[in-house]
Amino acid sequence: MTRPIDSGPDQGEDKETGMLKKSISRRDLLRLAGVGGAGLLFGGAGVGGLFSTKERTAAKNSASEAKTADKNNIISFYGSHQAGIVTPPQDFIVFAAFDLTTASLDEVRMLFKAWTAASASMTSGEMIGSSNNNVNMPPSDTGEAAGLTPSRTTITFGVGPSFFDSRFGLAGKRPEALTELPPFGGDELRSEWSGGDIGVQVNADDLQIAFHAIRNLARIARGKAVLRWTQEGFQRTSGSDPTGSTPRNLMGFKDGTGNPDVHNETEMKKVVWANASDGAGWMDRGSYMVVRRIRIRVEVWDRSTLGDQEATFGRHRDSGAPIGAAHEFDKLDLESKDDKGKPVIPMRSHVRLAHGDGSVKILRRSFSYSSGMDHKTGQLDAGLLFICFNRDSRKQFIPMQQRMGQSDLLNEYIVHTGSAVFACFPGVKEGGYIGETLF
Amino acid sequence: MKFKIVAFLMACTIVFTGCGSNAADKNEPAAVTTNDGKEAAATDDTWEPIVNSYRQFTIEQADTFIIETEKFVTAVKAGDVEKAKQLYAPTRMYYERIEPIADALGDLDPNIDARENDVEEKDWRGFHRIEQALWEKNSTAGMDDYADRLLEDVKLLRALMETVEVEPGLLVTGAVELLNEVSSSKVVGEEERYSHTDLYDFVANVEGASKIHELLKDKLNEKDAALNEQIAKGFADLEQALSAYKTGDGYVSYLELKEEDTKKLSRLIDALAEPLSQMGIILEA
Ligand code: HEM
Repeated sequence: MTRPIDSGPDQGEDKETGMLKKSISRRDLLRLAGVGGAGLLFGGAGVGGLFSTKERTAAKNSASEAKTADKNNIISFYGSHQAGIVTPPQDFIVFAAFDLTTASLDEVRMLFKAWTAASASMTSGEMIGSSNNNVNMPPSDTGEAAGLTPSRTTITFGVGPSFFDSRFGLAGKRPEALTELPPFGGDELRSEWSGGDIGVQVNADDLQIAFHAIRNLARIARGKAVLRWTQEGFQRTSGSDPTGSTPRNLMGFKDGTGNPDVHNETEMKKVVWANASDGAGWMDRGSYMVVRRIRIRVEVWDRSTLGDQEATFGRHRDSGAPIGAAHEFDKLDLESKDDKGKPVIPMRSHVRLAHGDGSVKILRRSFSYSSGMDHKTGQLDAGLLFICFNRDSRKQFIPMQQRMGQSDLLNEYIVHTGSAVFACFPGVKEGGYIGETLF
Repeated sequence: MKFKIVAFLMACTIVFTGCGSNAADKNEPAAVTTNDGKEAAATDDTWEPIVNSYRQFTIEQADTFIIETEKFVTAVKAGDVEKAKQLYAPTRMYYERIEPIADALGDLDPNIDARENDVEEKDWRGFHRIEQALWEKNSTAGMDDYADRLLEDVKLLRALMETVEVEPGLLVTGAVELLNEVSSSKVVGEEERYSHTDLYDFVANVEGASKIHELLKDKLNEKDAALNEQIAKGFADLEQALSAYKTGDGYVSYLELKEEDTKKLSRLIDALAEPLSQMGIILEA
């Protein structure tokens, strides 16, 4: 539904208050209320709603001042690549997969244009649309992020393999790198957490802001696309760890140590960014995203010994150092043996299998999740919303996960319950729209 | 630009005088004659025929509602459980089509339409009280009083409708409210707990909203043809989906719907209600 963005009636604030004054005064209202007592009803706006317009306007103005005071927290929506990929991870994620209900490519294009405009507003801390002070209309922005700082919000869009079926005539444009994932050992995938024509990753340092973004994108999509599944996630907040050390996942281990350096452009070109020469021209400067909802059997994990836990990952829990080493960033030495000749880092440990020969990497950008409990077992439903970006999943993520699915010690403690892959578009310049290279 | 529904109870005397549908000359409510005549969109004469048509529609529905309720009530009082069950859902449709009006009338809606626990046990009456007896107990025992009061309430509704001033704002919000009704109770099968005839209410709510759109579509088309088209398509998609659940003269039991059915219908409602909620632009000068 594109209305809030592209053609809401222009409701200037002055005009609005002017109209209010003219249309109904407080005295009139009270008089009305007096007549018949029980009978006065307002559809759409209650009495409070009518009279708080001025206050709301005031709040909005001070919000924009707060924003200029804190513009460092804006991550531009526009750029050569989409934000939210090599961007240092924010505190929260709300991920959503959508399915298109429209069969018209024109409408898809309109949807992405509307989403682009809304995303540009939201990431800069602005309200969506132009009809936010009109008592006659549902506000074009749902309002819960009003007055908040931009909080490093990023919104990243991609399309899944199902987008390239027969509906839109784009089958010929599906990049070969965008394949459905093969089944892996340890998969117990559920349809309610899998797939999607479109994937949207919203990150922000505030969960309310991230939720606001997904909610409004879903609202804008009504009649064109519907939510298929969503998952919220978190990590320790930057407030609780001002030093910015590597965050710990819900198994208590530092997670992200072995990631490639996002500031190294050559490395990012090799590991993350797709290139026109890879086959799909429209994906030049885009990236392939893999999302796995991985439940951690926390109850089981919590009764395993520290020794077993460290052997599972191949790293020490406290320092994050490779087993046998002292510091987190010490070299991962897969050759070293103990005095009995056994490898110090166990053969089936997670880092050893993930590392392989070290030639193939991915950029992980995962968040922890907690989704209440599993009422069948009375256990927590918590885990890792694993997200990674890579240049070609066939050469990077898939072989890596194939190795791990078969023999990772970690498998005893985790189960993959959801899965989706998306081709994330290249970035856009101001005036353009997300997906324009494809549509 | 009015979004107010002004419904005020007039002296009780008119209440049982029945159906003087010559509402126009009584329709001079002091309450909305404010000092500034320009304020009311209703004073714009292009609204008058629209508002009158809607009044007429609601009055026709309410008149038939009385007739049908009378048949239902007669069956209940005669102890004819089967007949009463047959008449129950179709009768309610007349009410469900005009729910925004009934809602504007304060206490009446709960008296006619409250579900168990919506009101205190001692105040619980109306259709759903009888529904419970018919389907849960398969009996009409003890229902005579409820049946009588139901008919009285329905007649009272009709009488009070004379006092509701239909304003353009009521049409716009009413259409959305009808769909909100569907998405909060009918689509989840929580309206008709015992009879599971939720789809009848569902269809009637949609028909009520569609009637409003039909009356407003010319105006809307002038303001925003694309929006109008989007709404029309939303109704068409929804009606098409609903037609799959027709059986005989009515609709299948809610119990026959699978999870995917409910989800599909719910999404179609959301897809329609969102653009419908933008219809307020026609109230702008
Ligand atoms: C619940 C599931 C998972 C947990 C708790 C987990 C946890 C960890 C931890 C603690 C490390 C060591 C620190 C680090 O380098 O970040 C690590 C490394 C790594 N993990 Fe995972 N991981 C999980 C799933 C996965 C999956 C599904 C993949 C990809 C297929 C993956 C790929 C990697 C890679 C590539 C490394 C770095 C290896 C290196 O040092 O070269 N992990 N993981």
